[in-house]
Amino acid sequence: MNHPPRTLLDKIWDEHLVASPAGEQPILYIDLHLVHEVTSPQAFEGLRLAGRRVHRPERTFATPDHNVPTTDRRLPIADAISKQQIDTLRANCREFGVRLFDLGDADQGIVHVIGPELGLTQPGMTIVCGDSHTATHGALGALAFGIGTSEVEHVLATQTLRQSKPKSLEVRVDGSLAPGVTAKDLVLHLIGRLSTEGGTGHVIEYTGDCIRGLSMEERMTVCNMSIEAGARAGMIAPDQVTFDYLRGRDHSPKDFEKAVERWSRLPSDPGAVYDRVEIFRGSDVTPQVTWGTNPAQVVGIDGAVPDPATFADASDRESGRRSLDYMALSAGTRITDIPIDRVFIGSCTNSRIEDLRAAARVARGHKVAASVRAMVVPGSGRVKRQAEAEGLDRIFREAGFEWREAGCSMCLGMNPDTLAPGERCASTSNRNFEGRQGKGGRTHLVSPAMAAAAAVTGRFTDIRGWRYLD
Amino acid sequence: MEPFVTHSGLVAPLDRANVDTDQIIPKQFLKRIERTGFGQFLFFDWRFLADGSPDPAFELNKPERKGASVLLARRNFGCGSSREHAPWALADYGFRVVIAPTFADIFFNNCFQNGMLPIRLDEADVDELFRRAAVGPYRLTADLDRSELRDDRGFSRPIAIDPFRRTCLMKGLDNIGLTLAHASAIDTWESAHGMAPSSWQAR
Ligand code: SF4
Repeated sequence: MNHPPRTLLDKIWDEHLVASPAGEQPILYIDLHLVHEVTSPQAFEGLRLAGRRVHRPERTFATPDHNVPTTDRRLPIADAISKQQIDTLRANCREFGVRLFDLGDADQGIVHVIGPELGLTQPGMTIVCGDSHTATHGALGALAFGIGTSEVEHVLATQTLRQSKPKSLEVRVDGSLAPGVTAKDLVLHLIGRLSTEGGTGHVIEYTGDCIRGLSMEERMTVCNMSIEAGARAGMIAPDQVTFDYLRGRDHSPKDFEKAVERWSRLPSDPGAVYDRVEIFRGSDVTPQVTWGTNPAQVVGIDGAVPDPATFADASDRESGRRSLDYMALSAGTRITDIPIDRVFIGSCTNSRIEDLRAAARVARGHKVAASVRAMVVPGSGRVKRQAEAEGLDRIFREAGFEWREAGCSMCLGMNPDTLAPGERCASTSNRNFEGRQGKGGRTHLVSPAMAAAAAVTGRFTDIRGWRYLD
Repeated sequence: MEPFVTHSGLVAPLDRANVDTDQIIPKQFLKRIERTGFGQFLFFDWRFLADGSPDPAFELNKPERKGASVLLARRNFGCGSSREHAPWALADYGFRVVIAPTFADIFFNNCFQNGMLPIRLDEADVDELFRRAAVGPYRLTADLDRSELRDDRGFSRPIAIDPFRRTCLMKGLDNIGLTLAHASAIDTWESAHGMAPSSWQAR
């Protein structure tokens, strides 16, 4: 069959279209469904009430991550309601025959960290999860997006989803990143330019030399935060980096060469047309720090807190004023003059092995400032073991960081890891919303290297001038 | 699901942009395993002071907004997490309509699954509604039969809505049931992709 040139999104969409009944939303097949404890109990309950089964349990995988304590796993969970939610996930997985990576399982971890790590996430797939950061998996060339609990139930029952086709947005980044500038800085820079709703209704495909030059884990950091620009999903066409990453993983295809052949046909055809295109330059990106209460309120480390009165748009001015008030910052304050109380290195954005290596390299031989409490929370059991094998845990501990068990932890503070009111945190997570890390807590989003540097100096510090002791 | 045909109700203006789902329902209330009872926690950190009493300055706590069922807000309402607890909390509190210039995709979608109608209006129209609502109790009617939003002082705008979604809302249809009517198409797709036959139940 001869197609007009198609984008990566078009190809995955066409392949998974089950039916487009007249006057209804299209039905899209879902290859992989990831499940966690917070957004699934009501969905399983719905199935039970309707007398339905999970249609494809072998394409459904679950893990508890949001709620779990990150302290000693042998201890019982102190919070009775958290425990009930985790017990409910266990009972549901048993009843419906779903594979669970439970607490204590060597492969447990943040759902978006373990999917790629286990090779469950593969190019060309459609992937959903009751979680907005499902976009992470798009880094491997999949169409992956977050859904609500009613849709979780729909996918459990039918292995499909009702979806109207989103528009495509090509975000092309040319050139390369300067030393000390990371994928996290890149994506914060992009969100700052696109705004928190710039991607609404779209799937972003990241293209260009700068993106091609990123490692698999860096690509995950970029795709992870697509939702913070409002996009439905983010994706990057599969290439040799993707194939090398997937080779030999637990769930990678048995006939790997044949799979690579198939995957190699996925990238957008020459001449394929996107609904919208935005072009950026990698060399424009500096280490980024957010100053407000949404991820688009961001500025370079060598900048200052902006004055909202200078913003062109009325509602931006109003949001900006509210943000400064909540963050207890005044316009004109240099970013490097802002002292911090806490540091959090973790979350599905930045808790993979490369992130921990980057942070450890900065921390090595230094000490966490006396006024700062800092914690490192690996994204999965595997990341934790790998880091320990490389001695990263020792570097962190010697520097004065807490070294914890895998989970979402202080990314959203559903477990006991939270900020106290008024505490200011340098965090490698993805959301600086009011109260996200604890009521009254003040979150600044940064890269792992910048977070580690802030832990040592007690204030935001330009990583480009760091004194590495290795 | 309760069908949505026409709804008239008091408007609560919430003059803020980028209202995220963490504000609509903070994470400490996501541990419940039920779908109901979230209304008491809606906008919790904004609604209540540290001592647990209602903050009189917060929009929804004003006496003239008591019993409101139409929420009016600014751009990018419902951004952030996919938690359906957000529409659950809004619906449980009593809201059936949310009006804003733009919505985040997942939130927008989640509303329809819960018999709630999100309405996108031009920024200028939203400005006008804020002006009308500012002066005291103000009512709006969302009429899906005529796909129209109106008040009794001459404001009237068409509601732009996907026809399939409109039908589902008006009939209170269950999406899963609708999709299972296409089970044979799913079977065909699966066998074309080399999958073993499944064991459907409750078709
Ligand atoms: S780490 Fe944070 S953003 Fe990622 S899945 Fe967990 S709570 Fe969500």
